[in-house]
Amino acid sequence: MPALFEPVDPGVAKELARKVIQLADRYKERTGITPAFMEVCGSHTMALARTGIKQILQGHVRLVSGPGCPVCVTDQKQIDAMIEVAESENRIVCTFGDMMRVPGSKRSLLSAKTDGRDVRIVYSPLDAVRIAEENPDKEVIFLGVGFETTVPVLAAAIQLAAKKNVGNFSMWATTKLVQPVLRELLTVKKVKINGFLLPGHVSIVLGEKAYRFLIDEFRMPGVISGFEPVEMLSAIYKLLEIITDNRPAIVNNYKSVVRPEGNQAAQKIMYEFFEPCDEAWRGMGVIPQSGLDVRGKYSRFNAKKKFNVEVGEPKKTLCRCGDMICGIASPEECILFGKACTPLHPIGPCMVSTEGSCAAHYAYMRKDG
Amino acid sequence: MERKVTLACGDGGELAHKLIQQVFVSAFQNQDASRFDSAFLSLESGKIAVTTDSFVVNPLFFPGGNIGKIAVAGTVNDLSVAGSIPLYLTAGFIIEEGFPLEDLRKIVRSLAEEASAAGVRIVAGDTKVVEKGGADGLYINTTGIGVQRAEHAIRPGEMQEGDDVIISGTVGDHGIAILAARGELGLMTDLQSDCTPLNHMIDKVLESGAHVRMMRDPTRGGVATTLVEIAEDFGAAIEISETALPIRNEVMGACDILGFDPLYLANEGKVILIVARNDRQRVLDVLRAFPEGRNAAVIGHITGMGEGRLLLETPLGSRRRLRRLSGMMLPRIC
Amino acid sequence: MCVGVPAKVIEKKEYTALVDVMGTKMEVGILFVPEVEVGEYVIVHAGQGMSIIDQVFARESLNEWGKMARAGII
Repeated sequence: MPALFEPVDPGVAKELARKVIQLADRYKERTGITPAFMEVCGSHTMALARTGIKQILQGHVRLVSGPGCPVCVTDQKQIDAMIEVAESENRIVCTFGDMMRVPGSKRSLLSAKTDGRDVRIVYSPLDAVRIAEENPDKEVIFLGVGFETTVPVLAAAIQLAAKKNVGNFSMWATTKLVQPVLRELLTVKKVKINGFLLPGHVSIVLGEKAYRFLIDEFRMPGVISGFEPVEMLSAIYKLLEIITDNRPAIVNNYKSVVRPEGNQAAQKIMYEFFEPCDEAWRGMGVIPQSGLDVRGKYSRFNAKKKFNVEVGEPKKTLCRCGDMICGIASPEECILFGKACTPLHPIGPCMVSTEGSCAAHYAYMRKDG
Repeated sequence: MERKVTLACGDGGELAHKLIQQVFVSAFQNQDASRFDSAFLSLESGKIAVTTDSFVVNPLFFPGGNIGKIAVAGTVNDLSVAGSIPLYLTAGFIIEEGFPLEDLRKIVRSLAEEASAAGVRIVAGDTKVVEKGGADGLYINTTGIGVQRAEHAIRPGEMQEGDDVIISGTVGDHGIAILAARGELGLMTDLQSDCTPLNHMIDKVLESGAHVRMMRDPTRGGVATTLVEIAEDFGAAIEISETALPIRNEVMGACDILGFDPLYLANEGKVILIVARNDRQRVLDVLRAFPEGRNAAVIGHITGMGEGRLLLETPLGSRRRLRRLSGMMLPRIC
Repeated sequence: MCVGVPAKVIEKKEYTALVDVMGTKMEVGILFVPEVEVGEYVIVHAGQGMSIIDQVFARESLNEWGKMARAGII
């Protein structure tokens, strides 16, 4: 359902798709270039494949999946540590369902649970605080992954724990910020794209203004988009208009939900409980100040400080998740894809998370058996 | 009598006798059979159909049913969709020590009522009690016995291009009703599980003379997994349309919240039928005359025989391939 | 990146609200949208309301997309 409450005529989406193709073909005729746009939100990756937009636009618009799925971008060593923290007695590890199947170097949370570890899926991080209150004799650890949409909610959980003085609650936070990674993609990784399809829900928190640097520093256009077919198609249409006119701009195509200044209440609480830190991204290495960790003032709720978890350096595999999230490789270009690496036996996180580019490709795009 | 099931109830002695008499025999009303170690059944000549299924449901009671009802519906439907006439059931109970007797009574009563409504007799049973912690409340196994239809059989061999794919009602009700009943994820819904025996409805469809090629009940793994299996087993290219799928708003809403795909949610009272195109309306009319079939709809068709595969037509008109459910669905936030 | 669904607020409490997503209901936090009123829609993510949906903009977008779909490409 789009963020409006009357049925959208399915004919509009079909017609929009036709217009997008016309506009894209016109651009290619003029420039010889197939327009390429990168989505940096896993839900976009998923929705573009699921609704069939990616298939319809194939050959006309190149849609490149960027680093948008928090599970996929999480460094292997962090994943190993989050699984390791579940391995001790008297602990309850709470997580979003997304993390359950992610393969660690040794095993996944799901297999730890199978072996009797207390691993619980929660919908809201605040539920983990409640579980901590109900189990005062156990340590309850929440695995806090996510981008800016999720971090305020993680902060709300710490706020609640602090207010109620729930001493047996802590969070293993490994969160990611959108702006630093966009900059990294354009400078270090030098991705070849014509514009960004910007993440609608992250933008709720950040606001339109957060992307101005794309124009100022890189002349790189972007359109903020929702997740319905009409929303995504109209956003791609606008991107095509922008590049056709060669007037780089940031356009908010999700005005009903995203405000120019973002959600300031969410930003405030986010920075009250979290502070910027250097984060390691899978396949990209450490990007300075690209994540948020629990503020020193609240380190009693920081699981990384509270528990001594040691994990070795992960073994290298042929998995190309790192290239995938930079948009450098497509799933079909990975030697493991669909053979050694499938949703049932994932090797890299891009195959685990349903919004990972490999899983989405496996589920919706793969042509062979 | 005690208010809870004790280990002694399963030791074959006096307490076990009491439990069986007071809870099971009284519900199943077959004193005759209970005097022998085996039941004796009369079957018409021809092929016998047998199926067995074990039921583990959490929670045991949920809106629209309980484990007893599912234990009948699941097994009766397995017989019925295979084109046989269900006649008898056996029921085995594994009960955790300390299980409330009143709950057991309710479950057994419900099992008996459903069996009677479905027109099948419960002819043998077994009860075991395991130590506390040895089971999660209660498990039931039922085995169903039926006879293959002599007339109006299903004919999978005649499956062909142009055949229609029909579903007897809305998709995913059971999956979401159970999830909400668990209460863990905070979903609140008035949704009821669809669990119900379908044999009377299926009988009427077959007796209408419609050419039914194949039937399956889309339980675990949902509509997509079931159709992938049909496609692969019979080498049929099947195409279904996203916009044609009957889905309740509440199910759609819950799926949106949790990031689930309704095509992979379990159903316990639905049947998928592959029927000759000319018989489409006749089948729909029969199904829609039953309360459990009133939302029946054509959801797709067979586009060719040879390579078995399932495609979904999106509202935008593009097609993508559907596969079996990979592992269980987990709620996601990203 | 983040699953978010539009949900209608049907009951408002101090820090939480009961919301309805096409008939399925749930309790969500309103820490980030304290000004939300009953009858308004919010985008819910991980159990929190993140943004109040502006109906005027929603309608405008709808009209705009309709126009886009009908427009000729020169």
